[in-house]
Amino acid sequence: MQFKSRIRAMIGLSQQMHRRGINMSQEARDMSQEARDAVGDYRYGFHDPENATIRFDFGLSEQVVRDISEIKNEPHWMTEMRVKAYKHYISRPMPDWGNSEMLNSIDFENICYYLKSSKGSETDWDEVPEDIKNTFDRLGIPNAEQKWLGGVTAQYESEVVYHSIREDLEEQGVVFLDMDSGLREYEDVVKQYFGSVVPYSDNKFSALNTAVWSGGSFLIIPEGVHVEMPVQAYFRINSKNMGQFERTLIIARPGSSVHYIEGCTAPTYSTDSLHSAVVELIAEEGSHIRYSTVQNWSTNVYNLVTKRGIAYRNSTIEWVDGNIGSRLTMKYPAVILKEEGAHAEIISVAYSGEGQHQDAGSKVHHLAPNTTSRILAKSISKNGGRSSYRGLVKVSPKAHNCKVSVVCDALLLDADSRSDTYPTMEVSNQSCVVEHEASVSKVSGEQLFYLMSRGHTEEQAMGMIINGFFEPFTKELPLEYASELNKLLEMEMVGSIG
Amino acid sequence: MVIKGLSLEIQKGEIHVIMGRNGAGKSTLANVLMGHPSYEITQGSIYFQGIPLEELEVFERARAGMFLSFQYPQAIPGVQVGTFLRKSVQAVRQDNCPTNRQLRDEMKAAMKILGVDNSFLARYVNDGFSGGEKKRLEILQMLMLKPKLAILDETDSGLDIDALKMVADGINSIADDTACLVITHYQRLLDHVKPSHVHVMIDGTIVKEGGPELAIQVEDKGYDWLEPANA
Repeated sequence: MQFKSRIRAMIGLSQQMHRRGINMSQEARDMSQEARDAVGDYRYGFHDPENATIRFDFGLSEQVVRDISEIKNEPHWMTEMRVKAYKHYISRPMPDWGNSEMLNSIDFENICYYLKSSKGSETDWDEVPEDIKNTFDRLGIPNAEQKWLGGVTAQYESEVVYHSIREDLEEQGVVFLDMDSGLREYEDVVKQYFGSVVPYSDNKFSALNTAVWSGGSFLIIPEGVHVEMPVQAYFRINSKNMGQFERTLIIARPGSSVHYIEGCTAPTYSTDSLHSAVVELIAEEGSHIRYSTVQNWSTNVYNLVTKRGIAYRNSTIEWVDGNIGSRLTMKYPAVILKEEGAHAEIISVAYSGEGQHQDAGSKVHHLAPNTTSRILAKSISKNGGRSSYRGLVKVSPKAHNCKVSVVCDALLLDADSRSDTYPTMEVSNQSCVVEHEASVSKVSGEQLFYLMSRGHTEEQAMGMIINGFFEPFTKELPLEYASELNKLLEMEMVGSIG
Repeated sequence: MVIKGLSLEIQKGEIHVIMGRNGAGKSTLANVLMGHPSYEITQGSIYFQGIPLEELEVFERARAGMFLSFQYPQAIPGVQVGTFLRKSVQAVRQDNCPTNRQLRDEMKAAMKILGVDNSFLARYVNDGFSGGEKKRLEILQMLMLKPKLAILDETDSGLDIDALKMVADGINSIADDTACLVITHYQRLLDHVKPSHVHVMIDGTIVKEGGPELAIQVEDKGYDWLEPANA
C-alpha cells in the first residue's frame, strides 16, 4: 500500500517539476543580464530594494548588543545574558578545526547585526509590506501554507514578518510564535529553557547568537497533541553584508509529536553574509520531534549553526538536515539521549559545488541505558567542492545496551573534488553495539551508459544517479520539499558535464 | 581490433542468434551497436533504418528504437524500478507516450509475463538483485520500451529453467514486430525461442550462417569444426 502511493506520488512530482520548469525559465527571462551573471543557476538570488525601518551600523560592540535588547524591550535578565554572551564571544578564539581559512576570512566588522524592515510580525499576508510579501510569494510560502502546512513563520532579515497557525492547532493549545513574541508572552518558559540545551558558552558562535539573537521560532506542543501537518519556518536574508541570528526553541510535552521544517535562501552578492542560528529541542517523555532543514543559502553566506536536542525517556528526536547552499557550513545537529529508551535519528545530505565547503555531521551522547541512535550522512562533491563528515558518538559508562549505527557515503563527481570523514567514537560501556560504515564512490561510466541506453541524456542520467543517491534523505521529507530538492539538484547538474 | 569483416542485416520479425565462445567479440558487437564509449569504429558502417549510427548519441539510438539487454545490468541505488520505467518510457516513446493509466496497464501485463509482482516496482534498479531478477528487469524494460531492434546480450546466462522460460516468453511476445539479435553461447534458450537465422562468430567475424539446425550442430560438435583453419 505504501509503495503504491509512493509511485503515484512520484508521477505527480514529475508533472509538478515540469510546470515549475516553465515558470522558472519565464522568471529567468525577466532577470537582467547583469543579475543573471551574478546569480548564475541559483534561482533564489534575486533581491528586493532595501527599505529598512531600523538598520544598525556595521560591526559589533557591547552597545550594539544592549541596543538590540532595548529595541525589543526585553526583560533585564535577557539583556544581561546577551552581554555575558557577548563578552564570552569576544574572548573565545576562532575554532581551529573545520575550515579555519574560510572562518578567518569572515569580516565580522563588515556585517550588519540588526536590520528590521517591517513594523512587526503580522498574521495576515496582506499586512506584510508588499516587497517582502512578493518575495515570499516567489518562494512559494503562502501557497504552501494553504496547501499543506499547519503553521508558518517567515523571517526577513532580523525579524519575523509573518506568523500564523491553523486554528485547530491553536485550539489544542499549540503555541507557535516568533521567538521575540515567545519571550514576551511566555517569559517563564523561555527563562527556564533558553540556553538550557545550548548554553552561550558552548562555542564561539552560540555565544554570538545569544548576544545578538533576533527572530526564530518558539513552539510548544502540549501533552498528547499530535500535530499532523508540518509547521514551517522560512528564513530569508535580503540585504548585503547581513547577519541573521535567529533562535529557535521547541518543546514537545509528554506523548506529543511534531514535524518542524525550515528553509532558507538569500540573494547572491559578491560580499559575504553570515547566518548563525541556535536551535534547542526538548523532547519530553514519549514525544517525537522531527526537525527538517533544506538549507539553500546563496554561496556568499557563511552558515555556522548550533543545533541540539535533549531526548527524555522513550522519546525520539530526528534531524533531517540537507545542506545544498552556502560558502561554508559548519553544522553538527546533536542529540543528548538523557533517559532510558530515547532514540536519535540524524539523516543528512551535503552538496558541495565550486568554492563550497560543507563541513557537516552529527553528535550523539548516550547517557542512559537502552538508548539507540542511527546516523546516515551522504555527500556529493563536484567542481572542486569539498564535503566533510564530522561526527561524534559518545556512550557513557552508565549507558548499558545501547545501539549505535553510523553510515557515511560520499560520491565524488570529478577528480578535483574532495570528501573527508572524521568520525569519532568514545564508547565507555562494553555492552553497547556500535556499527560504522563509510564509503566513497564515483559515478561510473558504465552506469551512465546503462541509463543513456534507456533514452536519457547524460545530464538526465547524472541527475537520476544523484537523486537516487540522496533518496534515503528525500524520502523523509514531505513530497513538496522532496520535489523542490530534486529539482534543485537537477538544476545543479545542468552544465556540470564537460 | 575485436570485430572485423562482419556483415549482418536484420529485418523486422526476424530473430537472429549469434553464437560463439567467450571472447569471440559477441558482447563487443552488442556494445558497439548501442554506442558504448569505450569502443571506436575504425572502419565500416552500421545503419539503423537507413540512419548511420555514428551520427546518433547513445540516448538518440534508444529513442530511435534500439534496445540493449545488458549482460551485466548496472545498479542505480535509490532509483525505484517503477520510476525508472516510467521515465524511460517517457524518454524513448516521446512521440506516442502512453497515459499514466495505459502505462500502468502495460506494466501489469509485462510483469505478469515475467512473474514479478508490484513490490518489484518499489525496489531500486538492480540494487541487490539476484542474477535472475536482473535479467527479468532487462526484459521488463524491453517490453515497456517496445524497441524496433532488440539486442539481447547473454540474457539467458545464469538463469534457472523457469526464469529462462519467462525470458523466452518475453522475447516471443514482441518478436513479430521487432528485429531481434540474440547473443548466447548456449543452445538451451533456443528450445523456447525459434530463431530465423543462426550465426557463428569466431575471432570477431561471422564464419557460418544457417537456420535453427546450425545451433543444434554447434551444441553437438562445439566450435572447433568451424575454425577457419579447419573449415
